[in-house]
Amino acid sequence: MTVDAKKDTTLGDVLRAQGVSRRSFLKYCATMASMMALSPSMIPGIANALEKAKKPSVIWLSFQECTGCTESLTRAHSSTIESLIFDSISLDYHHTLQAASGHAAEAAREAAIADNWGKYLLVVDGSIPTLDAGFSTIAGISNLDMLLQTAAGAAAIISVGTCAAYGGIPHAKPNPTGAYSVHDIIRKFGNNQLEGLSPATLANKDLGTVVDKPIISVPGCPPIPVVITGVLTHFLTFGEIPELDHIGRPRAFYGQSIHDRCYRRTFYDKGLFAETFDDEGAKKGWCLYQLGCKGPTTYNACATVKWNNGTSFPIESGHPCLGCSEPDFWDGGGFYKALSVPTENITKTAIYTAAGAVAAGVALGAMNRAKKKAASSAHQRVTIDDLDK
Amino acid sequence: MTQTSSAVQFNIQSSDEPTRNILPLLHEVKHALHNLINIGEPTIIDLRSIPLAPGEEDEILNTLGRGEIQAHLDALGPSEIIETAYAGVWIVTHYNDENQIISRFIEISKIPDILASQSEDINAAHIRLASDLEHIETEKPA
Repeated sequence: MTVDAKKDTTLGDVLRAQGVSRRSFLKYCATMASMMALSPSMIPGIANALEKAKKPSVIWLSFQECTGCTESLTRAHSSTIESLIFDSISLDYHHTLQAASGHAAEAAREAAIADNWGKYLLVVDGSIPTLDAGFSTIAGISNLDMLLQTAAGAAAIISVGTCAAYGGIPHAKPNPTGAYSVHDIIRKFGNNQLEGLSPATLANKDLGTVVDKPIISVPGCPPIPVVITGVLTHFLTFGEIPELDHIGRPRAFYGQSIHDRCYRRTFYDKGLFAETFDDEGAKKGWCLYQLGCKGPTTYNACATVKWNNGTSFPIESGHPCLGCSEPDFWDGGGFYKALSVPTENITKTAIYTAAGAVAAGVALGAMNRAKKKAASSAHQRVTIDDLDK
Repeated sequence: MTQTSSAVQFNIQSSDEPTRNILPLLHEVKHALHNLINIGEPTIIDLRSIPLAPGEEDEILNTLGRGEIQAHLDALGPSEIIETAYAGVWIVTHYNDENQIISRFIEISKIPDILASQSEDINAAHIRLASDLEHIETEKPA
């Protein structure tokens, strides 16, 4: 990442200074057009726009997260292609990647905000705790305060990963930290529409300056690295945020379901399903719907862009899609239950509740305890001797 | 799972039953050739935009075959541009610096754009050559 004091430097200037030929740049643009599902006829237009784009300042904030999103990005499938864009931005703050620490790091963030007010991109990964600021702080600043301070001067906010986009795993039941997504905080909180938030948390927070900020959600656990780059490329190319779906995702990458683009779709249409992981259907590469595949309700680019340098994606490796780019995927009732199966035994729950249980939560607790007991009694311990047989 | 010296192979069998997208795609190539002949319009087909089962992309490439031209490009990693056995139908494959495919197109044109010298590079080359010549002439003993 290059930190350049010349804020009016264009990407074209940076590329020429690096000795990147126009032909190389066209190759990059062809690959990005393919990733963004744009028509190949747009390649020259993308190249022209990108070349004239100003080098942007980017501030990256990490809150309640596992660093998987940064790991995903830094393992993007080609150092040369990805670095073309990432060497061309001014990544002024990223507390995992930056060399500076302590006061110097925070001073860099404050300087980037002041110098680029209204123009910088704010990238966030991780959700924001609201029950107690102490759950996650950086330099003694709560995640909520840092988000609001930094969002105020941003041109746009990019929520990277399912935690930032929808709350993700920290937001999963029982959500012990009161975790919320960036969108929930900025939009719903700002409009007093966020239910369940402590009034004390709301006190003394001025969201007037941030409530209308454009937010782009790039979910996934983690997101596909080139999707992150693609969103940046789109912003630099067209000077505006890409077209988004109803939950804030760029349609270019999240416009079609995994199921629609899955090469196993033909087996679904014919009713040919794998029913266990080692049956004949699994070996023949049939549809994984009955093994819990969430492909039909999951919108992402895994089936076309793929993972691990374009090698494959979970379904191609024989595992159902977990639906990680969807809100509340962790609370979906089981990764290996078919979508057609209810997430819990509704009839049984109703009986527990009708029998006088205080709340449905008590009924579910009773079911879960029974399930745990049954699983425990059915469990056969495997010893080293068994493995040697 | 078995492991060879260079690659990990998974115990997954591709099915005998394809997605049935091969023939429609080849027909699309035929229509694009028709357009190239009659109205001179080139077409680029992004192979990543079409769901294909493992092995089906190879089947398409095998059907199109190899023609007279194979060009290699070294720009941000290698690229391979081959004319197929059907003149006017090119396969353009871009690799990253680890030789992994990052994008692949079927281009129906007289010559793929990326093979032609680019105006910006030609301008830079003109300036560089003029400078080099000036340098040579200055250095040359009278």
